[in-house]
Amino acid sequence: MATLSNTAVLLGKEVRTEFRSRELLTTTVVFIVMVVVLFSFTFDPTSSESRRFGPGLLWLAFLFAASLMLQPCFLREQTNDTLSALRLSVSDPFAIFLAKLIANTLFLFLTEVLMLPVFAVLYNVHLLGVTPQLALVLFLGSLGVAIPGTAFSAISAQARLRELMLPLLLLPLLTPVLIASTEATAALLEPNPALRKDWLGFLATFDVVFLTALWLFGEYLLEE
Amino acid sequence: MLKRGVIGAAVLFLVGTAAYASFYIAPEERTMGAIQRIFYFHAASAWAGMTAFLVCFLANLTYVLRRNQESDWVGVSAAEVGLAFTTVVLITGPIWAHPVWGIWWTWDARLTSTFVLWLLYVSYLLLRNMLEEPDRRALLSALFGIFAFLDVPLVFGAIRWWRTQHPQPIIMGSPGSGLEPTMSKVFFFSVLAMHALMVLLLTERYRLEKMRGDFQELLREAEAR
Repeated sequence: MATLSNTAVLLGKEVRTEFRSRELLTTTVVFIVMVVVLFSFTFDPTSSESRRFGPGLLWLAFLFAASLMLQPCFLREQTNDTLSALRLSVSDPFAIFLAKLIANTLFLFLTEVLMLPVFAVLYNVHLLGVTPQLALVLFLGSLGVAIPGTAFSAISAQARLRELMLPLLLLPLLTPVLIASTEATAALLEPNPALRKDWLGFLATFDVVFLTALWLFGEYLLEE
Repeated sequence: MLKRGVIGAAVLFLVGTAAYASFYIAPEERTMGAIQRIFYFHAASAWAGMTAFLVCFLANLTYVLRRNQESDWVGVSAAEVGLAFTTVVLITGPIWAHPVWGIWWTWDARLTSTFVLWLLYVSYLLLRNMLEEPDRRALLSALFGIFAFLDVPLVFGAIRWWRTQHPQPIIMGSPGSGLEPTMSKVFFFSVLAMHALMVLLLTERYRLEKMRGDFQELLREAEAR
């Protein structure tokens, strides 16, 4: 299918661009580490407290980092008007969105995975036994953040005060993702870890709803 | 002019009757006493606000598909009116909560969801302020409005699933709940009155937006000459 092959090519471009400089990944990881450190001043990080507050703080840090990390997504397509070039190069504009949201999910997932050992050490939580399940939660959550995030990046890139508009548009909308991801993560950090399939199902539903919306309306986001 | 005046007076009469009914016709609630009467205003405003947001969503969809400026005007009017009613809900809630629960605010399912809903539509209006070109503004805010409305059931569902502390929903809630018949009638009359008020505000706001649009059009034509 033309759309999928277009997506693959564009995805390659996105990943190659980022890994050439790795500036987005490094700055995002550093930002999350800073937030995690600052959070440690807001409560007493004993083991039980960390289990109570840790997942929520971690996901909040991820959300803040994402709302900063997603800014350049469409903003950098404005210099040299590469967005017009992108639009001309594909038959279906959804390919552009698909490529960018897969890339954003990947980058978010990568930063989160890099953060896990730091989080485990700083807050004394045991993650080794539940790593695959945690990876699943992180992936579904990152997808949930990246799908509306990519769409709103296209919107905010055309607005004034865009650095402030993206978080303003994105964060209230991501409330369900924050709740579901936090609950699923918290369940995995319990003394008897459990995989909350209900919350994961909810996350998957969220992802499907917004992916469908993006598929239906994405082309209008890229209109001249 | 006369027609608008008559309709305005009719809506005022409806709202006034609903207020009278809330205070004098509805019986006093057993556990909470007189403060419970705010429910007729509070819950009815919530329903009217939600209807306004639904109208906004439909207007947004219509704009994206048809690109007529009337849909854009309906969209922004409905969003503002919906936000006004939701603000009423968020203010009357704590007024009710304080004598009943002893606290102004609690992060229970209903209040939290309403707060997030409020934030979503505040963002919608802020976005419109940040987009200057009218066609761009109409399209991008319509698209955001569609995404926001799709999020609403997910927000309410997630928060409700996550915690419940609110008095059990007494209209559409668990078995064994329900309103006493007179209360029911007063409530549905309040809902009707609030919806009438909502429609009035929406049409007036639409008129204002239409006037602005027509004025901009005239300015553009004048500058073109």
